[in-house]
Order: sequence, then structure tokens, then C-alpha cells
Amino acid sequence: MTSIIQQLLAKSARREPPTTGSRGDPGGRSPGYRSTAGSAAGADRRRAVRSGVGATRPGLAWAVPATVFFTLFAIVPLVLVAVLSFTSWNGIGTPKLIGLSNWSALWHDPVMLKSLWLSALLTTLGVVVQTPISILLGVWAAGHQRNRAVLAAVYFVPLLLSVTAVSVLWRALLDPNFGIPSDAGWLFGDGNLLGTQSGSIGVLAFVGAWQWTPLHTLIYQGGARAVPQVLYDAAAIDGAGTVRQFFHITLPQLRNTVITSMVLMVVGGLTTFDTVLILTQGGPGTDTTISAYYMYQQGFLSFDFGGASAIALVLVVVATLLSLLMVRLTGYDRMQSTAEGL
Amino acid sequence: MRQRPNYLAGFGSLIWLFLVGLPLYVMLTATLRTQSDYSTSGPLSFPAHLTLQNYLDDFSNGFGRDFLNTIVVTVSVVAIVLLVVPPLAYAIIRSRHRTMSTVFRIFLLGLAIPAQAVIVPMFYVISKAGLYDNLVGIILPTAAFCLPICTLILTGAMRDITSELYEAMAVDGASPARVFRQLVVPLSKGGLSTIVVFSALQAWNGFLFPLVLTQSDSTKVITLGLYNFQTEHGVDVPGLLSAVMLSMLPILVVYLFARRALVRGLMGVGGK
Repeated sequence: MTSIIQQLLAKSARREPPTTGSRGDPGGRSPGYRSTAGSAAGADRRRAVRSGVGATRPGLAWAVPATVFFTLFAIVPLVLVAVLSFTSWNGIGTPKLIGLSNWSALWHDPVMLKSLWLSALLTTLGVVVQTPISILLGVWAAGHQRNRAVLAAVYFVPLLLSVTAVSVLWRALLDPNFGIPSDAGWLFGDGNLLGTQSGSIGVLAFVGAWQWTPLHTLIYQGGARAVPQVLYDAAAIDGAGTVRQFFHITLPQLRNTVITSMVLMVVGGLTTFDTVLILTQGGPGTDTTISAYYMYQQGFLSFDFGGASAIALVLVVVATLLSLLMVRLTGYDRMQSTAEGL
Repeated sequence: MRQRPNYLAGFGSLIWLFLVGLPLYVMLTATLRTQSDYSTSGPLSFPAHLTLQNYLDDFSNGFGRDFLNTIVVTVSVVAIVLLVVPPLAYAIIRSRHRTMSTVFRIFLLGLAIPAQAVIVPMFYVISKAGLYDNLVGIILPTAAFCLPICTLILTGAMRDITSELYEAMAVDGASPARVFRQLVVPLSKGGLSTIVVFSALQAWNGFLFPLVLTQSDSTKVITLGLYNFQTEHGVDVPGLLSAVMLSMLPILVVYLFARRALVRGLMGVGGK
């Protein structure tokens, strides 16, 4: 039963831009009766098409330019990052193979260990702060009232700014001498937020949330709009209030959306780099040196490009494993439809 | 549920409005006042008198050149994406060639490669190719990293074209090139506009590749200009924030006139 419904859903999705009958079909059959209503003439034509099919389908050549280009500038660098992690290279001249020494140095590097921990902390903070806010705002913005649409337009403004612009903006706004803290001392104390570890981590988490919550709100808004109204009507008949409807209908129906949004947050959090470079430079000391920034520092500031490549490889592997794990654990890969059982 | 007001979420949304609105207010007013007015009266006060001098100063400090460089990069990236992605997506949807699924899998794998992870080898490749400190050296990697998401978006749009339409074209004896020109491209306009917006945003806002692949003023793009401005004259907040405003102006214009396409493109940004 459910599989039939799923097939129907898939079919209707595939038909989305409605085709106005079939071109040149004398019977003018409606799109709903695709194969069953085929006249004898239609069947003949389909057979003719099938025999000449090779001529109308594009060959491999159509995919070559994009594939070659992408291989050169994305796949080759990915392979090279692994190769470079076994070399010593200062950015000029030729990299020299040095075996495993970058890796053993990395293994014994306390800053690397700390950076991994900080990356995990900032990523977790991002998920914990942004998920509830964006679910709440997204579900709210999914309503169709006019005022919500207007407010929603304002919410999305942070997304229009580049990460660089957002970081530069907040750096200026939080300046202890000329920024908001100097105007609102009752709230910020001495105002030197970036002078302590907890302060800088808080600022990084806040600025990340400021920029990315609108995106996740958009994602949840889309998810919430897709929840069938029937479920709410049924719940209302059973006397369930807003809160119960939220926890028993909206949240379970948003399961796949939550996973999509969380994978984005985790991968985005692990690779956060520009924000740290502009707001804290990894400081105070190495207190906000997360792995992605440590990689940049090792490579482009200390000119140890071999060591930087090793860190980069760790990042790729961890990010990929985490997203695979999340997809597996939650059953997202089986692509269970939330429309099941309807 | 939709009929009853949701007070908790409504309240939350007001707080969010404040958190978004306050910085935007400070930014806008700061750009319209003098530096001394900003530092003596504080960021939250309203400017004593309004001036556009900060914007003019930005242009005399080379912002115009950064702007032009960024336009060159953005237009080139969009051109490359439009040149290679539609044929690729068409082939993925319609080709029966054995290797096509491998090709598609390469691009899916590409989704998982963060640009941050490849900046060291990219620096190596671009230096060896003699493209270091050259706009071409920014354009090529930026375009390459747009391809996976753009391919995914466009194949999704092209799947909506029904097979009856292809069959009708085949009966007319159309070649793949003609099918592509007369059927596939016209019917995937929505997807095409999304990938244009997405890749333009990536190029316009890109920071990482310009940071590690260029160094001189003549190849500086806006984001790098903002970063340099902040590290060199960070105390000139009004000048800095007016540069931030200018950098977002083109996106704001697109937001006002093509919101739907922009929002879809932005959703793609999150996918990276």
C-alpha cells in the first residue's frame, strides 16, 4: 500500500511542469493516461522511436569538458593533498618525500590535539544553538500570513553578506573601544570579549549563528511547508493543542530536514576558517585555533606545507566519516519517506 | 494550528529581528557619519549630520578596482559554469553510455570535498601552472568547486522534462544538439537561473582562493580588500563598514528583483 503511494508521489513529482497533452497526438490523450490509453498509432510510433534511440541520445562527449575540468581542479588537488602530506615543502622549489615524519609530528603535536577538540566544541555549539532557533523560526515562517513574509525577508539579510563581510562587520561592532560594548558597558563589562578563551569562543559561535541561522530557517521553512495539512486537521479533531501538534506531528515529520541541516552544520563547522582568521586569528594564544585555521597557519604563515597537508587530510577524512555516520545512524540513506503510512 | 497565533515562536522571531536589525542599523548609520562622530558619540547614537564622504573615500582608496576585479571573476566563473554544466547534466539524464554513472559519481564525491582542504595543493598546482597572482588562477578553482552543486541542481530540473517530449523530438529526427537547444535548455530555465545565481554568489563572496592565490593590489577582489582594510586601517570603522555595504550592494539588488532565484541559489550555498 505505502509503496504504491510512494510511486504515485514520485510520479506526480516527475510530471510537475504539466505537459499539455502529447505533441502531435491525434487522440489528444491527457497526461494522466500515459501508456494505457495509447492508440495503435501511438504504439507504432513508440516502437519507431525505440529503434532509432541511439541517434537522439547524447554521447559521452557531452560530459567530457566538465569532467576533465573538474578532475584537474578538484580531484587532482584532493589526491595531491595526500601525496604532499608525505613531503616537506616550503612553498618554493620542489616538495621532497620525507615519509611519515609529518604524520608522527602531527600525532605528537599538542596544538593539533587541542585544535581538534576546539573544532568539535565549536561545531557542537553551532548545532546546539542554531538547531532549536531555526526550527522554531522556520516552522513559524512557514505560515502564510503576510507579516511573516515581510519579517522573513528581513531575517535573510545576513545571508546576503559574505562570510568575510560578516566577520569584518562583527569585529568592528564588538571592538572594545569603538564598538557596541563601549556604548553598553552594563552588558559587556570591560568589553574585551576577544581577550579571553570563553569570550572568543562565544563570539565565534554567535557570529556563526548570526550568519547561518537564516539558511537553516529557510531549510526548515521548506520542510514545514511540506507537512501535509491533513495531519494537523486530524490532530485538531482529536483535540491536540499547538504544543502537542508541534511535538507529535511537526517534529517527526521534519526528521529528514533535521538530518540535512545537521550534516550541513557539522561539515560547515569543521571547515570554519574565514571567521576565525578575521575575528580572533586563533587567539588568545592558541585558544581558538581550530583545525582548519591551524592548517592555514602551518601552511601559509609558517610555510610548512607538508604538515598543513596532513592536517587537511585529517579534516577531509573526519568530515566525510561524520557525515556518513550521521546519514547511516539516522537511516537517512534508506530515504524513508515521511509520507509513509498515510 | 495555522489559525491560532503561536506566541512563543512569534516572540522568538521578534528577538531575532532585533539581533539582525541592530547590527544593520549600526552599520548603515556608521557609514553615513564621520569617523570622529562615530568614536565620540558611540555606535548606537544617531549621526549628528549625514555624509557620503566614507563611500567616496572607499573609491579613492582603490575600491573601484577591487570591484572591477570581482566582476571579472564573477562573470568568468558564471560563463564557465554555463558552458560546461548544461551539456554534462543533459548527458547524465539522457545518455546510455556505460561510464556515465561513474562520471555522475565523481561529481557526487566532489560534493564532499571542502575547498578549505585543498588550498595547499591548489597553491601548488596554480603556482606550477604560472597562474599565481593572476585572476585566472582564482577563476578556475572557483568555477571547479561550483560544479558538483550546479550539476545536482540542473539534473534535478532536467528530470522534470517528460520523456514524451524527447520522443516527439526524436520522431522529428532531431539530433542531440537540436534536442539540447530546442527542448532541454528552454525547459530548464528555472534550474539554469538557480545555478547562475549560485555560482555568481560563490565567486562574488569567495575569500579562500583569493587569499592564498593572489597577493598584489592589481589582482585584489572585494573580500580580500575588506580583509586588508580591516587589518591595515581597522580603526576607520565608518570607512570599513561602507566598504562592507558596497560589497553587498549588487546582491541586494538581485535580492530585490529576483528573490526566488536568489533564495534557491543561497540554499545551494549551504550545500557546500
